[in-house]
Amino acid sequence: MPLSTQPPASSEPYALVACLDNARHLSSLLRAVHFQDHATCFAMANGLRVTVEDAKCIQANAFIQAEIFQEFAVQEESVTFRINLSVLLDCLTIFGTSSLPGTSTALRMCYRGYGYPLMLFLEEGGVVTVCKINTQEPDELLDFDFCSTKVVNKIILQSEGLREAFAELDMTSEVLQITMSPDKPYFRLSTFGNAGSAHLDYPRDSDLMEAFHCNQTQTNRYKISLLKPSTKALALSCKVSIRTDAQGFLSLQYMIRNKDGQICFVEYYCCPDEDISEAEL
Amino acid sequence: LSRTGDELYLEPTENGLSLRAVNSSRSAFASFLFAPLFFQLYEPGGRQPDGELSRCKVLMKSFLGVFRSLPSLEKTVWKCLVLLRPRASRLVVQLHCKYGVTKTHNLAFQECERLQAIFDTQHYASSLCAPARVLAEAVVHFPPTLAEVTLGAGPGGKISLRNYVEDEAEPSKTMVTELWLAEAEFQTVAVAPGSRITFCLKEFRVSPCPGPPCPWVTPWPPCQPPLCPQGLLTFAEASNLPLTIHYDVPGRPVVFTLDDTVLEVHLVLATLSDPESSLQPPTTNGVSHLPAPSDDFGDDLGSYMIAMETSAYEEGSGVPPSPTFPLRTPRPAEIDPEEEEDDEEGAVPGTPPHKKVWHGHRHACGQRDGHSPPPDPHFSPQFRSLFFGSVLTPGGPGPAPTQEVLAEDSDGEY
Repeated sequence: MPLSTQPPASSEPYALVACLDNARHLSSLLRAVHFQDHATCFAMANGLRVTVEDAKCIQANAFIQAEIFQEFAVQEESVTFRINLSVLLDCLTIFGTSSLPGTSTALRMCYRGYGYPLMLFLEEGGVVTVCKINTQEPDELLDFDFCSTKVVNKIILQSEGLREAFAELDMTSEVLQITMSPDKPYFRLSTFGNAGSAHLDYPRDSDLMEAFHCNQTQTNRYKISLLKPSTKALALSCKVSIRTDAQGFLSLQYMIRNKDGQICFVEYYCCPDEDISEAEL
Repeated sequence: LSRTGDELYLEPTENGLSLRAVNSSRSAFASFLFAPLFFQLYEPGGRQPDGELSRCKVLMKSFLGVFRSLPSLEKTVWKCLVLLRPRASRLVVQLHCKYGVTKTHNLAFQECERLQAIFDTQHYASSLCAPARVLAEAVVHFPPTLAEVTLGAGPGGKISLRNYVEDEAEPSKTMVTELWLAEAEFQTVAVAPGSRITFCLKEFRVSPCPGPPCPWVTPWPPCQPPLCPQGLLTFAEASNLPLTIHYDVPGRPVVFTLDDTVLEVHLVLATLSDPESSLQPPTTNGVSHLPAPSDDFGDDLGSYMIAMETSAYEEGSGVPPSPTFPLRTPRPAEIDPEEEEDDEEGAVPGTPPHKKVWHGHRHACGQRDGHSPPPDPHFSPQFRSLFFGSVLTPGGPGPAPTQEVLAEDSDGEY
């Protein structure tokens, strides 16, 4: 049920207005990219994108299409601001994180424009909370320049097969090594920890494999600490697409279906680890 | 096994694969012997040049890391392959899972001597056999923090369990729990009247949890990820096997056994010895303690023993009198520092142990390489240790030799 709020004091329209019947559709997605305190929000005509970066090596994006919202209006071509993601999540989940059946938090998000705070109106069970979160100058973001023409290897897996693997990754290993090949082992995740090495092999004919397009054998290493947060996105998703380009940049795209059956996407981009040492197979 | 020791010894034998662990103070030893029939395929492999089958030890943590989540393992893994590759110095554990997924773990291992606690239950005076449930229910009454418990044979064939109270404890501040089990609760009772032993409950309660799920257990006891210590009792209960307890005089280790067609489990715990036959430790305040023998696992070792001595008993016990157990009045035992030092430094090779029964204490390790671990005055355990032999000749635990010597030296007679 849309909130009826007071109209803005000035006659100027808000740069961004977005309404959601169930704030959880937004908060769960944002949690999947919440590995840093700050995020950059982009609002465009087709939806909202929230980007988090770390170490100039990894970037995560959460996309929520305009269709997901009950109301979504962006006045300018795009609206951009930097915001404290931890605070935003705390506000979105102010009524608690446990989901009781039949109850949901309704959200109305308003942003006047540059220099103004982001206003959140949250309502559940007749109780209304108003939050004002300060916004900041948006940061310069990395551009991984990852387009489909540059993709060397691509596979699409059902998330179910990877979830446990990522949750149990040997964190004593500094790197996660990903091997993609048209020949055996096809798709291999490797760690090199204190106990020894561990390899997880997915054959190309596995039931989990939805698509397998590997043209070249590639082995790349990525800092495991950077990729570990993607486990959250994996947990929410039903499918994941794993792509690498010629330089070894990694793209992980997670397809997330929310309770209403709507589809959203979360992406992780990661640079390969600079210190390459001999791979232990 | 993870609760007993930090290292897992994998030893293939002709009779099956033995997984063993020992605790750092050498007062607890556990072994699980899986018969070849337990496996789909069991190949102990070729013999090494010395005629021995390859064996190794791995860090318990590393090995358990492979089997992190038992409930999901059950659902997703259909086959597990364990392969020892000595030339690559790797123990390979490969899990074949649903959807064709293969998880391969290459664990680093260390070469090791054979780990074997010497015990011979056939010569033990007493034995009890009961469904694990009986003992599990009994043990539940004792507080989880309780360290030691005394098991005794009382009048009328009753078996008692009582928490062990240190003699130095204040009578007004100690809580004594005593529990009696009727003979009828046991399947077999063959105990020496009036016998009793005291052992550490912790290892008994929270003891081995083997890796792969056992085929006869349905359902497997629930395990909280990542590692949940399952007591030997819980394992026994779940596997529906009766637990047999063999014990002898105080000081001799107590042996808990579970037997099945494809599995043999032993948990050997040191017991508290009677003060009458104890030795006073060297004049330092506490106890001499030899460090964990990881240094002692040398290639050229014969038998090695690690011993711990009890701390000196204080005057007066003040323990509330028990209807079953006579008040123990410790008297200062004779100090025989000469003997102690000899034993510690192993200066006199092949010295026969002290004439009083003290577990055939000899420090053969010292005599080999002159390595003499210094006494640790801060360690004050209550238990004598078990004795381990590096048995270079194949074969299981041999019959206990004489009263004085519990473990054989590979050097032979002395």
